[in-house]
Amino acid sequence: MSEMAMYTKDLSVYYGEKQAIKKVSMDFAAREVIALIGPSGCGKSTFLRSLNRMNDVIAGARVEGEIWINGRNINAPDTDVVRLRQNIGMVWQKPNPFHKSIYENIAFGPRYHGIRDKRKLDEIVESCLRKTALWDEVKDRLKGSALALSGGQQQRLCIARSLTVQPSILLMDEPASALDPVSTAKIEELIAELKKEYCIVIVTHNMYQAARVSDKTGFFLMGDLVEYDDTQKIFTNPSQRSTDDYISGRFG
Amino acid sequence: MVTRRELDIGLNQLQDMLVDMGKKVEKALGEAMAALSNLDAQAARKVVEADPELNRIEEQISEVGARLIATQQPVATDLRRVLAALRIASDLERMGDLAVDVAKAAIRMEGQTLIKPLIDLPLMAEMVQEMISDSIRSFLEENVDLAYKMAKDDDQVDELFGKIFRELAGMMAEDPKVINQSMLLLFVARYIERIADHATNIGESVVYLVTSKRPDLN
Repeated sequence: MSEMAMYTKDLSVYYGEKQAIKKVSMDFAAREVIALIGPSGCGKSTFLRSLNRMNDVIAGARVEGEIWINGRNINAPDTDVVRLRQNIGMVWQKPNPFHKSIYENIAFGPRYHGIRDKRKLDEIVESCLRKTALWDEVKDRLKGSALALSGGQQQRLCIARSLTVQPSILLMDEPASALDPVSTAKIEELIAELKKEYCIVIVTHNMYQAARVSDKTGFFLMGDLVEYDDTQKIFTNPSQRSTDDYISGRFG
Repeated sequence: MVTRRELDIGLNQLQDMLVDMGKKVEKALGEAMAALSNLDAQAARKVVEADPELNRIEEQISEVGARLIATQQPVATDLRRVLAALRIASDLERMGDLAVDVAKAAIRMEGQTLIKPLIDLPLMAEMVQEMISDSIRSFLEENVDLAYKMAKDDDQVDELFGKIFRELAGMMAEDPKVINQSMLLLFVARYIERIADHATNIGESVVYLVTSKRPDLN
């Protein structure tokens, strides 16, 4: 059995009276890409956000059930959420670099967590930019504004930034949907490269992207995890009729 | 989101072309067998001349299949429908070639008289014609039971082939003068038996299409 990065047990999320996620139990193996797909409002983004406790900040949101990472249930009230988010990186749909230099974008996290040594920070900046294949493109303008980068470069910068605090899990919410096809292909290549070290959970509306990049796919419908299996199985022979209908474009 | 229209149109085109191919193959086998029974070389040549049309439809099916995969990205059941259609088309194309081989045997026997009236060979051809139409019907109806029936029919065809083989071998042993024609008729039996194998392959493709399992019906 492969090494487990994280698992949920009967995870439910409520917005007020409405149950957005219904007792979802899901395993996430280390060094695998897991795609979450489903029509708008199916709960896949809510589920993703609950994995690093981001629903905490939404008024009226309530989370039940367990999320286990490194032998700890992170839904327990005594969890240090800042430490938790150090272990779980997050990448959003629209690239959101800080209004700072490229260098400062990357150095921000490590500094926040107490690293002051300039040489150490330089090392982290270079290695994270290399991991996201940005180093050669930006090494001559590290002091330049991150906002001058193209959209695709900004997104890779944000991924690099999420790596600086050495997480084991990366959550990505539609990381390529605002990008052109070439930048999208680069992000997908990057995902394939990063999965050698990280467990990556990606929400995507693009089913073919899910088919291309992921090892496992989970199909959500109205808050239920309808089917969760090897991606190849899901896209050639799903066991549930509703999965087949959704990925074949019969609804959604 | 995916629009189904183009994909549905393409899947229907594939279906129609396969039905057309199936009918043409069935007809080719029937006519080739009749040409052989009557030693009518002219009728046999017509079967040979009709074959390029089958090849053309098969190419068209490949093109439509490739286009659907490239532009519509079919998945799950739709993907299996396209893959099954491509495999079935190549089986039907091979069946057409074998029907041509039967016709060519009739051409080679032009001017001869049959060493015996043909009884079992036409019977075999009839059984296989029915298998062809059943195999196409099992595809259209996505009917697994009918697809599995191919295996049973194929066994009967094999049995009949064994009977023909023994009969012709006996005749050759008794009279060397019939060896030439007996060999040709034996080849014909073999061609028809191969057509039945391809019909059985179609049954396998249908089982794959419906269940995604790959059974061995041969």
